[in-house]
Amino acid sequence: MAIKKRHLMLGNLACVHGAIYAGMRFFAGYPITPSTEVAEGCARELPKIGGKFIQMEDEIGSIAAIVGASVAGLKSMTATSGPGYSLMVENIGYAYMTETPVVVINVQRGGPSTGMPTKGSQADTMQARWGTHGDYTAIAVAPSTVQECLTETIRAFNLAERFRTPVTVLLDEVIAHSREMVTIPEKGEFKVYDRVKPTCTPEEYVPFEMTPNGVSPMAGFGEGYRFNVTGLTHDTMGFTTNRPEEVSPKLDKLANKILKYRDETVKMRTEMMDGAEIAFISYGSVSRAALQAVMLARKAGVKVGTVQLYTIWPFPEKQLREICAGCKKVIVGELNMGQMIYEVERVLPNNIKIHSIQRYDGEFLTPMQLLEKLDEVL
Amino acid sequence: MAGKILDKIEIPQDRFELRLSGSGGQGMILASVILGEAIGADGTKNITQSQSYGPEARGGASKADVVVSSGEIFYPKAMKLDLLLAMTQESLDSYYPFLKENGTLIVDDVLVTEVPTDNYYGLPFTRLAREEAGHVMVANVIALGAIGAITGIVTHETLVEAVLARAPRGTEEKNRKAVEIGYREGARLLKEKAAGK
Amino acid sequence: MATVKETNQAEKQKSDVMLQYLRPKKKFPSVWCAGCGNGTVMGAIIRAIDKLGYSKDEVVMVSGIGCSSRMPVYLDFSSLHTTHGRALPYATGVKFAKPHLKVIVITGDGDALAIGGNHFIHACRRNIDITAILINNYIYGMTGGQGSPTTPSKAFSTTTPYGNVEKHFNPSELAMAAGATFVGRTTVYHVPQMEKMITQALEHKGFSLVEAVSNCHTYFGRLNRQGDPVAMLKMFKDLAVPAARAKNMTPEELEGKLVTGVLQDIEKTEFCDEYQKVVDAHRGVK
Repeated sequence: MAIKKRHLMLGNLACVHGAIYAGMRFFAGYPITPSTEVAEGCARELPKIGGKFIQMEDEIGSIAAIVGASVAGLKSMTATSGPGYSLMVENIGYAYMTETPVVVINVQRGGPSTGMPTKGSQADTMQARWGTHGDYTAIAVAPSTVQECLTETIRAFNLAERFRTPVTVLLDEVIAHSREMVTIPEKGEFKVYDRVKPTCTPEEYVPFEMTPNGVSPMAGFGEGYRFNVTGLTHDTMGFTTNRPEEVSPKLDKLANKILKYRDETVKMRTEMMDGAEIAFISYGSVSRAALQAVMLARKAGVKVGTVQLYTIWPFPEKQLREICAGCKKVIVGELNMGQMIYEVERVLPNNIKIHSIQRYDGEFLTPMQLLEKLDEVL
Repeated sequence: MAGKILDKIEIPQDRFELRLSGSGGQGMILASVILGEAIGADGTKNITQSQSYGPEARGGASKADVVVSSGEIFYPKAMKLDLLLAMTQESLDSYYPFLKENGTLIVDDVLVTEVPTDNYYGLPFTRLAREEAGHVMVANVIALGAIGAITGIVTHETLVEAVLARAPRGTEEKNRKAVEIGYREGARLLKEKAAGK
Repeated sequence: MATVKETNQAEKQKSDVMLQYLRPKKKFPSVWCAGCGNGTVMGAIIRAIDKLGYSKDEVVMVSGIGCSSRMPVYLDFSSLHTTHGRALPYATGVKFAKPHLKVIVITGDGDALAIGGNHFIHACRRNIDITAILINNYIYGMTGGQGSPTTPSKAFSTTTPYGNVEKHFNPSELAMAAGATFVGRTTVYHVPQMEKMITQALEHKGFSLVEAVSNCHTYFGRLNRQGDPVAMLKMFKDLAVPAARAKNMTPEELEGKLVTGVLQDIEKTEFCDEYQKVVDAHRGVK
């Protein structure tokens, strides 16, 4: 078999190629370190395939434009970092409410506020879940290698299109700004999911119809189905409602269309978990340090494994409980003051002791630091 | 309590880690990208190239790492360096402690005056760039040539191709000359070292 | 002289046109107060669209938040009722994604010029082929009569109870300065002019703004003692100065007046067209 052409590619650029593979044809964004190369890559690549790139006046305009473009039928994406994500959350909420698929890449950096533009962080973990106001269920995925920047962006689009919902890609600065060998997949190698379109007549079309799987077929503007889209709580026709009997079903729909299939959203990697008494739980760059630490510790005879989450939201409750069932202790590693640990504490039974290692000085958790922590909890 | 396993931990042997360091504007990041592209050209190795830098485009400290492995690269940053290139005294002082005991040290011996070991390769990259290659900007490319010659991590031909692929239009000859100067000087030092000089 | 019967027939035809464009499944009545100028503007938009012969499927109406922004919900087009101030960037996404669609933005003075001010100037600058109808009633109606960026100095609102201490924006001047290629001002008294101006704006290639001065008798009129809708319409009639006449008047003479008519109509390259040229030049390039 011939070796496929592999490229040394920047993480941010791999996101662009993943998005294009998934069918992204519209990007709107605003420059912000450390995500800017995503916008630059889209500006360069999209015209070549007839796609649209626009630099908007700010992040609010960017998210608004991609939601507009998605309603008009194009797979759309933006990329930003914490400060920009903060500006976007109101209109990400609009995408939740209007059930509009979009992908938002958040290359996380130190915060709060302007924080540290060139330093990495995982402090937007909770923001990706609870960023906008109101009740909804969020999906967020997290790559840990440059190749995964490509594949997780494809997965983000597939989840967005399948569930008609915004999906956040939570990226670490170190991955976004690293170059690694990337294989661009051949057409057909990965499944690409497109939103379900209505097959009924325009007269019969109910844009926010209650369906068995909770996802309503989505027409694009200009395709012969004229309907209303509003951020106000609406009935199945898309018209504003305050009626209790219509409001809670709508909110249930937003949550259940995802939660019903949450097992299918889960993706995780486990290594050395057979017989492991201790497990590292982490995502992104921390998982790579954990993998290295576990490989070294196993050689030194410690029964330790690692669980890496690719799907952060919805949190893989059941799966984590099952995988960690044999553990006496877990160590949650994060580049923040402790966010994912709340979920781990909520999910794992009381007989598992939960330890944490957190770093929020802009630097990355190293394998040695994880080993020191392991040594401490042994 | 501590120390139960730490002293049993060994440095992973399946990685080759290079760090190119200097001040911002010396082209360390670009050089690391070119090196990564050259090493990765045959598609058989895994590579992680990364950098850290301040917000300024010029000045300030700059370092870029290239980790090479035939297996999966777990931790993306360098842990214990197999090779350190230091273009300034400040970068040498900062990163020398991360060099393995028998690691390769290459310094710009005009800008670096105090080296804490005798076991190193010193070349006047910046001066060679200015005086022989015709432009101070190509000091990083001369350094790449020297790294190629000293480590043999990549073939001469592949490195030249990688340099030229990144050279801005109109600067190809200058860059080719620079990488050849680096190879020549690196090979000379290697021979001298083998001869026990 | 038309007979009563003829007049009635003409009125009926007009209302038949309206009925054709109202959303069949929408629950009426509207949220607007009786006598609100928003309905007048809606009528003018519909007649303009009808006259131009656009199909309902090619028209997309986008709005933000506020009284005027509820308009798209009542009309039988594809409609995007978005967040406060953001109608223009949403509309930019729709138009840029599908340039063959006729994208109309319905916005108000608070929506477009306060919270959405940045998007407003950049949509003008970008000269994207969108028609924005800015219904300027000098006040926030939906939230109950607070001062807006167009509330005149010294005017009363619930947040300027002692008179407005701020200066106000002139929306049309702002749009022209920001690069809009078609700008016109009209009022809900000048209905034929409004209809014609909206037609011109829709036909114009590039960013077009129609500033439709309107009455909020419920808040602005009441708080500033301007009377009922009829009195406010009469006031607009009296304040209006056609642009041609205004050219020969001094700033002092124009103080407090409403200069009406097409204020700017120029040609510049349009955003979607220019981007398409980039696509045509680079498509398929590796």
